Amino acid sequence: MTVRTLKQLSDLLAAGKTSAVELAQDYLARIDALNPTLNAFITVDHAKTLAEAQAADAARAAGNAGLLTGAPIAHKDIFCAEGWKTSCGSKMLDNFISPYDSTVVEKTRAAGLVTLGRLNMDEFAMGSSNENSFYGAVKNPWDLQAVPGGSSGGSAAAVAAGLAPVATGTDTGGSIRQPAAFCGITGIKPTYGIVSRYGMIAYASSLDQGGPLAHTAEDCALLLNVMAGFDERDATSLQHDKEDYARDLNQPLAGLRVGLPREYFAEGLAADVAGAIDAAIGELKKLGAAVVEISLPNTKLAIPSYYVIAPAEASSNLSRFDGVRYGHRAAQYEGLNGMYEQTRAEGFGTEVKRRILTGSYVLSHGYYDAYYLQAQKIRRIIANDFQAAFAQCDVIAGPVAPNTAWNLGEKNADPVAMYLEDIYTLGVNLAGLPGMSVPVGFGNNGRPVGMQLIGNYFAEARMLNVAHQYQQVTDWHNKAPAL
Amino acid sequence: MSLSLDDVRRIAKLARIAVSDDEVAATQQQLNRIFGLIEEMRAVDTTGIEPMSHAQDVALRLRDDVATAANRREAFQAVAPEVDGGLYLVPKVIE
Repeated sequence: MTVRTLKQLSDLLAAGKTSAVELAQDYLARIDALNPTLNAFITVDHAKTLAEAQAADAARAAGNAGLLTGAPIAHKDIFCAEGWKTSCGSKMLDNFISPYDSTVVEKTRAAGLVTLGRLNMDEFAMGSSNENSFYGAVKNPWDLQAVPGGSSGGSAAAVAAGLAPVATGTDTGGSIRQPAAFCGITGIKPTYGIVSRYGMIAYASSLDQGGPLAHTAEDCALLLNVMAGFDERDATSLQHDKEDYARDLNQPLAGLRVGLPREYFAEGLAADVAGAIDAAIGELKKLGAAVVEISLPNTKLAIPSYYVIAPAEASSNLSRFDGVRYGHRAAQYEGLNGMYEQTRAEGFGTEVKRRILTGSYVLSHGYYDAYYLQAQKIRRIIANDFQAAFAQCDVIAGPVAPNTAWNLGEKNADPVAMYLEDIYTLGVNLAGLPGMSVPVGFGNNGRPVGMQLIGNYFAEARMLNVAHQYQQVTDWHNKAPAL
Repeated sequence: MSLSLDDVRRIAKLARIAVSDDEVAATQQQLNRIFGLIEEMRAVDTTGIEPMSHAQDVALRLRDDVATAANRREAFQAVAPEVDGGLYLVPKVIE
């Protein structure tokens, strides 16, 4: 397989060298061939996709094409899309055909992007391996024994395997960056509030943020241009001026100050991951960047803080799944409370239940101050640490995860073992900062390594610039798995 | 801190999730592992630190008090388990 970028497809469409229908047929054929192996898609609907592609070709023929009209995209099954099953990876929503579009889907439709289907994910976005899906685990295209990462594991696997040129994802604690790293692609979680959460099924509302996964930083910029924007319907959407995230891609990196947090390179980081990151930082230096050592002294506290705040918000958000207005309802129960309890026992998987129970406990009477309030105070400390670091540097660089992808089934028995793998990604969500993953090589086991770039609020264009310049002198983003 | 089996049953009740007797012990064990992890945070001195509930400290917006959404009751109720005459049906709660 040769990597085909969104930019290349856009150019081919503009030159009349391909059509939306031809591209849709190509990708659907590849999905039909490979999805039985990878399980990256939950829903594929040829008729719907081809109808969208025909409409895109008609728009182009009528002279109404935008930059991305007719290019294919696949959506994480968390973004409501009218007429499509929107399951969020859960039995609870296995029968839910969304009656409305999320803002993200509305925007990609308006841009003329053609939906290839709906991508697998950890149930309600809770997980780091994509094994917590009602629809079964996704396989890593680089190694079918490996997890693809999570929770946007279907998104990352689909792009890496060439089943879609780009995909949407969401990131609450690393769910765009970590699967992008594990599958050797590029992904960015923007500043909290940049991409509307309207119609994006909520996990932890103060942390959830949508963003693109793609082969290249340039493609991420093009898709982020479509996804981002103020939305009246999301109470936490930021009234921020519209930006062109591709505007700085070609800026030189001379004078860039790259901060390396010593806590991200300390004990626990695998040597092969560290080696790949060091080599990537070497490339940034060759491009003119200066490296400064910084400290994020409370990095370790991000784990307990996150695993209090996210479950607390989840226990509140997921109370809406009660068998009354949508989704699963148990067949056998006694009384109203029995109906709730049985419906939720049947509809939710093990990890989702665990987080709801954790959240219910930390918010319950007598424990609120000790857990939830304390976690929020630590959240402030972590956010302050990042601000202190950004006084010394323009972007922070480090690993996305301590190890490359682990084996399917390896960490299932112990949720805490999996939580500890999130150490480098959680702080970014707690602080609300933008973070991205850039492919920088492979570990000893042949599985991809991702470098994380973290910027200050609204620094997406600069981060994409750094990643794009790196991708001009390296070719990790052009590597494709043998399938 | 360690949760008892009764604590687990009580939380499950609060969360409206039925937990069978078979599941309680395994759930207790895993929640205790998670709380063991969370416990590390409690010893941190946070005197004088303002809790941070949100990434951006912005005030909630106000909007004009006008109806903006169209009435789409039928479309929304088409995905409900049980409706009748525009109403959502639930098990009887008052005898």
